[in-house]
Amino acid sequence: MTEELAVAAHGLEKSYGNVHVLRGVDLHVERGSVFALLGPNGAGKTTTVRILSTLLPPDVGTARVAGYDVVRERTKVRRRISLTGQYAAVDEDQTGTENLVMMARLRGFRRAAARARAAELLERFDLTEAAGRRVGTYSGGMRRRLDLAASLVTEPAVLFLDEPTTGLDPRSRLALWQAIKDLVARGVTVVLTTQYLEEADELADRIAVLDHGTIVAEGTAAELKQKVADTRLDITFVDRASFRAASAKLGDAVVSAEPEELRLATVTDGSAAHVRSLLDDIDPSRTTIAHFRTRTASLDDVFLALTGRPAQERPKEPAHA
Amino acid sequence: MPEHIAPAPSRVGDLITMAARSLRLTSRNAEALLISLTLPVILMLLFVYLFGGAIDTGTAYVTYVVPGVLLLCAGFGASLTAQTVSTDMSSGAIDRFRSMDVSGAAVLTGHVTASLARNVVSTALVLAVAFAIGFRPVAGLREWLLAAGVVVMFVLAISAVSAVIGLLARTQEGASGFTFFMTFLPYPSSAFVPVDTLPGWVQGFAENQPVTPVIETLRALLLGGPAGSNALLAAAWCGGIFVVSVLLARVLFHRRVR
Repeated sequence: MTEELAVAAHGLEKSYGNVHVLRGVDLHVERGSVFALLGPNGAGKTTTVRILSTLLPPDVGTARVAGYDVVRERTKVRRRISLTGQYAAVDEDQTGTENLVMMARLRGFRRAAARARAAELLERFDLTEAAGRRVGTYSGGMRRRLDLAASLVTEPAVLFLDEPTTGLDPRSRLALWQAIKDLVARGVTVVLTTQYLEEADELADRIAVLDHGTIVAEGTAAELKQKVADTRLDITFVDRASFRAASAKLGDAVVSAEPEELRLATVTDGSAAHVRSLLDDIDPSRTTIAHFRTRTASLDDVFLALTGRPAQERPKEPAHA
Repeated sequence: MPEHIAPAPSRVGDLITMAARSLRLTSRNAEALLISLTLPVILMLLFVYLFGGAIDTGTAYVTYVVPGVLLLCAGFGASLTAQTVSTDMSSGAIDRFRSMDVSGAAVLTGHVTASLARNVVSTALVLAVAFAIGFRPVAGLREWLLAAGVVVMFVLAISAVSAVIGLLARTQEGASGFTFFMTFLPYPSSAFVPVDTLPGWVQGFAENQPVTPVIETLRALLLGGPAGSNALLAAAWCGGIFVVSVLLARVLFHRRVR
């Protein structure tokens, strides 16, 4: 390897007709680190991963992965990366073993070596018992684990994971996170995309927030949270007058307001002392607040804080009759 | 961690792995396999025993009909190619393979090769049953080999068309819908009845569509008699269809992965 960086991308742009999917993306990923691209559907995460994994040439800009140019030296890049796409790309009508042996054969293993490698990976991903069963009978979590195993037939310099846990139940998600952490401990550089702040927080050393094809923020989870504040206090008022009075009192501290629901959100550190003092400030007479709750900042909050608008531009809900 | 760099891929090795995969996948699609293996045999029995008595071809009907059934059989076998290709294009499998430096051409050629292998099996089955019910060709070894070559040529051509359909179709259902029409091509031809018994407007189509010269060439080889210009016509049709399909497949493939 000739460069220190696992991924270095400059000014990536990609358009389909009039739709500008990427509008100038720069990325730098250190070797041996985990980098998360965080963003809502349609932000350009998958397009970025497809460019970095040589599947798609950018219209403008350059990228080097594992030291090689993703367009001019794509064969060299392909021999050093693995991609686990958004949909588990394993064959339902082959068994777990057959899928992995096939991948190993495509990576140049001889038959016996391919079998040995498949068995080793099945063991490592806790799939030995299901090895002889068709993948069609696997649960979603097992399928993702097999998909990940298929990416590791040769240990890649850079592993791309496109939304690795989308659609998984919480337990399978935890199991997959553990599998990814194990890889990272072995020194694999991981570039993953996710819609979940929690996932990026759990796995990534650095996070880039992608929105409408540009990176709107980048940093460690802690740095982003500082910008965003990770705990929210939702307060619901008893009537419109007290809602308005509180809005005026909090001013800029209001991070979101839902007048229909008589609800305001503000930032807190989540400690009892801070919540208590906030509630006392807003409602000294202890009569105008109906309920409150604290919650972790969501991707919506990150987006609201970073871009001034919600992550998903939902159609306005019709007013209830 | 030691960094593994995958070795430079072997194009032939990739193709064999891909063909083996395609065969394994289709052999496990029980419904499709059953149809592509048994339907031609059932249709042959249907034609020979139910309709054959009423059709005058100047020879034993089973002898007349076998070349047509072989092509019908090829159609059923090849149509699975559209489904396997379409599934790979929409499932993310193709991205995985390309990111491993397995070319799209290797994946597609693998499916076409598997189609050829499937057709060897189903053709052998049809011939075995045909012999059992009285098919008695006069061909020698040379004629048999040439006939096998003609079938291979035809299978390659329609498998390539099938692959193109697989690239065009957005869903597996769409793909099988399209190929359904393709499997009908042998009917308005000389496959089951002599062309001169067809209505005039169908005759025009039957005489100028690819299946007729292929069948007439097979008949000439297996049953004796002159192939005439049919052999050349058959080769031109199959070769032309194959080349156009390969070129189309290249364009469509690159459009799909953009």
